[in-house]
Amino acid sequence: MTTNATQGALLSVPALLARNAVQFGNATAYREKEFGIWQSWTWKEVAEEVRAMAMGFLALGMNRGDHVAIIGRNRPALYWSMVAAQSVGAIPVALYQDAVAEEMAYVLEHCGARFAICGDQEQVDKVIEVQETVTCIEQILYVDKRGLRKYDHSRMNWLDDVKSEGKAGHHRFEAEVQTRIAELNYDSTCVMLYTSGTTGKPKGVVLSNRNIIETAKASSEFDKLRFDDEIVAYLPMAWVGDFIFSIGQAYWTGFCVNCPENAATMMTDLREIGPTYFFAPPRVFETMLTNVMIRMEDASPTKKRMFDTYMAHARKVGGAIMDGKPVSAGDRLKYRIGEALVYGPLKNTLGLSHIRVAYTAGEAIGPEIFDFYRSLGINLKQLYGQTEASVFITQQPDGEVRSDTVGVPSPGVEVRIAESGEVFYRSPGVFVEYYKNAESTASTKDAEGWVATGDAGFFEEGTGHLRIIDRAKDVGKMADGRMFAPKYVENKLKFFPNILEAVLFGNGRDRCVAFINIDLAAVGNWAERNNIAYSSYQELAGHPKVLETIQAHVEEVNASVAQDPMLSGCQVHRFLVLHKELDADDGEMTRTRKVRRNIVADKFSDLIEGLYAGETSIYTETEVSYEDGRKGKLKATVELRDAKVFDTVGAKVAAE
Amino acid sequence: MLDTQHEGFVTADGRQIGGVVMELKNITLRFGGVVAIKDISFDIRQGEIRAIIGPNGAGKSSMLNVISGFYNPQEGDVIYKGYKRPKMAPYKVSRMGIARTFQNIALFEGMSVLDNIMTGRMHHMKAGFFSQALWWGKASREEEEHRAAVEKIIDFLEIQPIRKTPVARLPYGLKKRVELARALAAEPQILLLDEPMAGMNVEEKEDMSRFILDVNDEFGTTTVLIEHDMGVVMDLSDRVVVMDYGKKIGDGTPDEVRNNQAVIDAYLGVAHD
Repeated sequence: MTTNATQGALLSVPALLARNAVQFGNATAYREKEFGIWQSWTWKEVAEEVRAMAMGFLALGMNRGDHVAIIGRNRPALYWSMVAAQSVGAIPVALYQDAVAEEMAYVLEHCGARFAICGDQEQVDKVIEVQETVTCIEQILYVDKRGLRKYDHSRMNWLDDVKSEGKAGHHRFEAEVQTRIAELNYDSTCVMLYTSGTTGKPKGVVLSNRNIIETAKASSEFDKLRFDDEIVAYLPMAWVGDFIFSIGQAYWTGFCVNCPENAATMMTDLREIGPTYFFAPPRVFETMLTNVMIRMEDASPTKKRMFDTYMAHARKVGGAIMDGKPVSAGDRLKYRIGEALVYGPLKNTLGLSHIRVAYTAGEAIGPEIFDFYRSLGINLKQLYGQTEASVFITQQPDGEVRSDTVGVPSPGVEVRIAESGEVFYRSPGVFVEYYKNAESTASTKDAEGWVATGDAGFFEEGTGHLRIIDRAKDVGKMADGRMFAPKYVENKLKFFPNILEAVLFGNGRDRCVAFINIDLAAVGNWAERNNIAYSSYQELAGHPKVLETIQAHVEEVNASVAQDPMLSGCQVHRFLVLHKELDADDGEMTRTRKVRRNIVADKFSDLIEGLYAGETSIYTETEVSYEDGRKGKLKATVELRDAKVFDTVGAKVAAE
Repeated sequence: MLDTQHEGFVTADGRQIGGVVMELKNITLRFGGVVAIKDISFDIRQGEIRAIIGPNGAGKSSMLNVISGFYNPQEGDVIYKGYKRPKMAPYKVSRMGIARTFQNIALFEGMSVLDNIMTGRMHHMKAGFFSQALWWGKASREEEEHRAAVEKIIDFLEIQPIRKTPVARLPYGLKKRVELARALAAEPQILLLDEPMAGMNVEEKEDMSRFILDVNDEFGTTTVLIEHDMGVVMDLSDRVVVMDYGKKIGDGTPDEVRNNQAVIDAYLGVAHD
């Protein structure tokens, strides 16, 4: 069977695994830090683990077409359980592990999962809670058995026991597993992943083997990924990107997937592994940079001066050197010295020494942050993608990297811009359907296979690079007919390290107002330096000096927005700093940390009205959810401020 | 070697509690003229969580110190695993499988979490002085073994992110957890916890309670704990001893103790008429 697979029938993930077990047999496929050291498994061992699990699943009665929920942090055993489920013809459905029980209930009910595979006790508890209303789950399996000994095990199993049972019964199950793997073809479902749901309920995106394997193949070739590449798997397993990187591309090219010890040790583990291929949302790069800057503040004057001098030089020539553009010999030499003294050690500290390709996506990244990493010689690029496209729509080729575009169409992807400005694409990665939702499928994907992204954008003349303006739904008109594109302004605001999140309102109004969330790490550090005492996020957010700083940022953004005649109407006339951080637990953000605009507008409607009514302070009460699911009330008096606005030619006008 | 005369019992949540591991018989402890413990007898059974409660100054910590061998009672016997325990130094008691945590944290502040927990393995290290000093032969082989054991505990108590952090930099709640880790590293048969939750906030208390239950569940460790927080005690323990002014005024399951008039009087006070 393995020889058949190597000869070309690579039509499913289990088939790829069989090929890897032969071709890369003794190469490391997975590593996980546990008990203080990196435990590793070769492809041969992984194939064995998956086979045992698959046979165990058969023993438990897993059928073709069953949905298997996978809930937990990135662990090899959970990745294997996905492939094992595929091996018996079942469909893995990964869930966000930080979702609360109610959110899980919707997804579990919607896909009718018969099996739930959980990472640990926390996830098992949530599934048990869900079972009060959702009746489809027949078996719960778990990886880490701590604290679960006393639970009722009539319908619950430790994953290792399942494997043992599978191995014990291999005479009965072996042939059946092979038959079921052989049944898999390019059109059978590979995985089902739920969209994060910026608006409304999450939708189950069905992705076939064709979608995943074709995409993995094309994108691996695009960046010349090799079997000796290393990645760190730390982003949620429920996110399509993790599935493509840690399963799709990993199984296609045979590279190694490293799982951190736990979420808090991620940065240390990253440094120990030194990945060659890395993906992180802009927020992660921002946090890393903020931490570097905070630590440099504490460095000795000599070190600080050295850092400043060479970073300035890197900003000047670093990007050009990487792109192979002409740079004078003197500058090259100075860059070399900088590499030895500053860039090299810095990259090593960040764990980015070995990076060949790094991507960021999901949100706009600040040009300064982007340039910082590029100037260090880290090949950081942007891509634009969606769950429905199996990630890749456009990406930046080496040497054509800029912070304000998302690149050219990925190999095999066709992109067109509709009259309305909305971006459409068609590719082998285009999803099969939304599960049990023909109506949404029809409204998103037309008969010819073109899919609406919901984003407005345009191709830049000359370079052929795509630029995304905003979510098409969010782009609106102000009362006087000028264009309202909130994302554009919010991104500009968020590029300030002090501002974590910003939400702009103004659709259909005569002027714009904004909510701001401060970044506790950056502002907290600033407060410490300036001897400003605070006891809570709320207190810091309301501090007059913090408000002054934020006001300065807002006015700077206004000045920059005023430069653009098309969007100058979006200047922030009034703003406030929110007394709480926007949080997915309160429904204000998605699990992928995108702001749910309507919910925020609804929840804080009193504050918005206050801003428009010209009040200077408002007392408000907000309901918050704690991590254990309890609710509480947050009371605060929020200060509302005016910001200077500029007219398009640059002269100052009064705010009110 | 366990006392087979006493049958074990099964708890409400289905755990099997075994025979008696330690029996304290008519213990009386005096400091000069002050009687700290007066003629107290009770037993500790294999696998149970045994709580000692009582108002301030009731003699709880003294009792724990008697169990750990730090104090030698003037009267009475400590029967451990069926044998009467002679007067011995505390480190020898510890070598016999009794580990403890302290009410006031007693960690090596300048050392990392990992090193602190490694000290808990001391009684299991067999390499000689020279081998250890030269880091050769047995010592280095042994270190690996002990590190593996310690890492299991680090994983169990979820303190991986602070493995290399000096203890002095940790918040109070985590220090308490490190102390528990060190005690567990000794692989004790009886684990003594002196106010494991004193000074913690609600969340830290919940975490600690979960760890105590998990330790008992996973390793089957017999646990004796002193605690002020009645809610915690009643939820955690299988059996409770209540002390007041050095005397035992109650002994039984949490429910029995809760309805014991002497206990209610000691805690709520009695009206003097």
